[in-house]
Amino acid sequence: MNSIPVGRIIRFALLSLGALMILAPYIFMISTAGKTQSDIFTSSLALIPQHFYFAENFAKALAKVPMATLLWNGVVVCGMIFFFQVVVAIPCAYAMAKLKFRAARLMMVLVMLGLLVPIHATALPLYVAFDGMSLLNSYTSLVAPFTISVFAIFMFLQFFRAMPDDLLHAARLDGMSELGIVARVIVPNAWPAVTAFAIFSVVAHWNDLYWPLIVVSKQAYATPPLGLMYFRAAEAGDDYGALMAATLIITVPLVAAFLLAQKRFVEGITMTGLKG
Amino acid sequence: MSSVALAGDVAGAAALRARSENRTAWLLAAPAIVLLLLFVLLPVAAVIFLGFTDFELGYGKFRFVGFENYAHLLNDRTFRRSLWNTSVYTAIVAPVSIVLGLGVALLIEGEGRARGFFRTVYFLPVASLIVAMATVWQYIFHPTIGPLNALLSLAGIPGPNWLGASNTVLYSLSIIGIWQSVGFNMVLFLAGLTAIPRELYAAAHVDGAKSALDRFFLVTWPMLGPTTLFVVTISITNAVKVFETVKMLTDGGPNKASEVLLFTIYQEGFVYLRVGYASAMTVVFLAILVVLMLVQYRVLDRRVHYT
Repeated sequence: MNSIPVGRIIRFALLSLGALMILAPYIFMISTAGKTQSDIFTSSLALIPQHFYFAENFAKALAKVPMATLLWNGVVVCGMIFFFQVVVAIPCAYAMAKLKFRAARLMMVLVMLGLLVPIHATALPLYVAFDGMSLLNSYTSLVAPFTISVFAIFMFLQFFRAMPDDLLHAARLDGMSELGIVARVIVPNAWPAVTAFAIFSVVAHWNDLYWPLIVVSKQAYATPPLGLMYFRAAEAGDDYGALMAATLIITVPLVAAFLLAQKRFVEGITMTGLKG
Repeated sequence: MSSVALAGDVAGAAALRARSENRTAWLLAAPAIVLLLLFVLLPVAAVIFLGFTDFELGYGKFRFVGFENYAHLLNDRTFRRSLWNTSVYTAIVAPVSIVLGLGVALLIEGEGRARGFFRTVYFLPVASLIVAMATVWQYIFHPTIGPLNALLSLAGIPGPNWLGASNTVLYSLSIIGIWQSVGFNMVLFLAGLTAIPRELYAAAHVDGAKSALDRFFLVTWPMLGPTTLFVVTISITNAVKVFETVKMLTDGGPNKASEVLLFTIYQEGFVYLRVGYASAMTVVFLAILVVLMLVQYRVLDRRVHYT
């Protein structure tokens, strides 16, 4: 029985070492955001800044990056994408799971095919089309391609199949229309699946650089990743203090959301992940 | 007699109901079907079509060139370099992040009070803006003022120019890729581990599997089969799709040493606007994804199920 504490200590040490490596970038981000330019050049290993320069670096970042616009764009784009995805996917998944739908099998094939196709594969023709309709640099072009999520359909389908039919029979006996059933019976009961999908969707689109980079070339419609890229390209050269301050501001919202709703996040990722 | 008529009536009513239900189903699914056609199926068809043309954005006319684009791809040194680099990146990131993810999951699974804390920490990169964290990594990798080389020089080792030298850039990007995906894989493995019934471990113990290693190979590994297969597929697909870090940190350089598939497609299609040629590349990219999925199904079919 003597070996157990040793094993435990080794395990804890290994986990701590790994955790330190995972956390290192965050530690350096926070520390560098508080350093002066000369501090950064002379003592890169000192974690506590010699002169606290946080205020100046943040002021510089906020003056050069239209932070409010970026965050607002991020919220609008992710919010609209999520809204449309759910509104489109839930009725479709309900029809496939619970109604006598002759095209259900064909739909399943389409969904499985759709799961295979990322935005990178459809981007070229979509770009040509949006360009032809002069829709580049707009919320429409940022949101439209993602209004359909086959992944959402797939996930809700799994969830609805497990729902008891009695619930629906009772609602039908009460004289509810099918649309009424979707809105008043299905959606409230699908809440766990909706939150799980919300987390998956927001994380994916908040982080996405590829599509915004293609359809947006103006600061006014830039999402957070794109805005940060502009800032880095235009200003920051070697001004790592301001750059780290900007990075910090842009990383905080999602990380804060994660820390607050951690259990849901992990659930969301595993639920969506394992069934994807 | 009357019961037969009644049965016919019921059957008729049921058929009518089924028909109206089918109609409702079509209506409910209609928005999804239209959008699926518009944003997935048509674009894929268009990419395949455009791959056979010399379409360039800004020029009105285009003509069919047959397989010319594909023939050109075979001899395109940038494209070949890009395929090679993507393979190397995937061959490093996928296995390492899977093994580390499984290792961390097993360690955390046995951990008591600190379990929640470690899970949060390892998962943090998944919830962080990768573009933002890439700039932090750029600072860490900076050859002169970066902390990593400062640390190495303390040990007397001259640090390399991580992202700036063509012989190290791909490995540096791989480190970032691994850092980013270990936590994701860990969470998936943890979910798989909690699904294993405790009794199996007790049974293995009775059967003489005394050491932790015995129990791992007797119970954990086979029971994790489906999870592992899924993690493997998703890790490979994600690694093949590497783009953000390359675009942010290296722009494919130096000397195309970090040119990867999606970055090459992006350059050809959206910077040089050679849509036809970039479409042919996209078809190759799609083909890779299809092959990966087929392999997954094959393995899934053949695998012995223990559950």
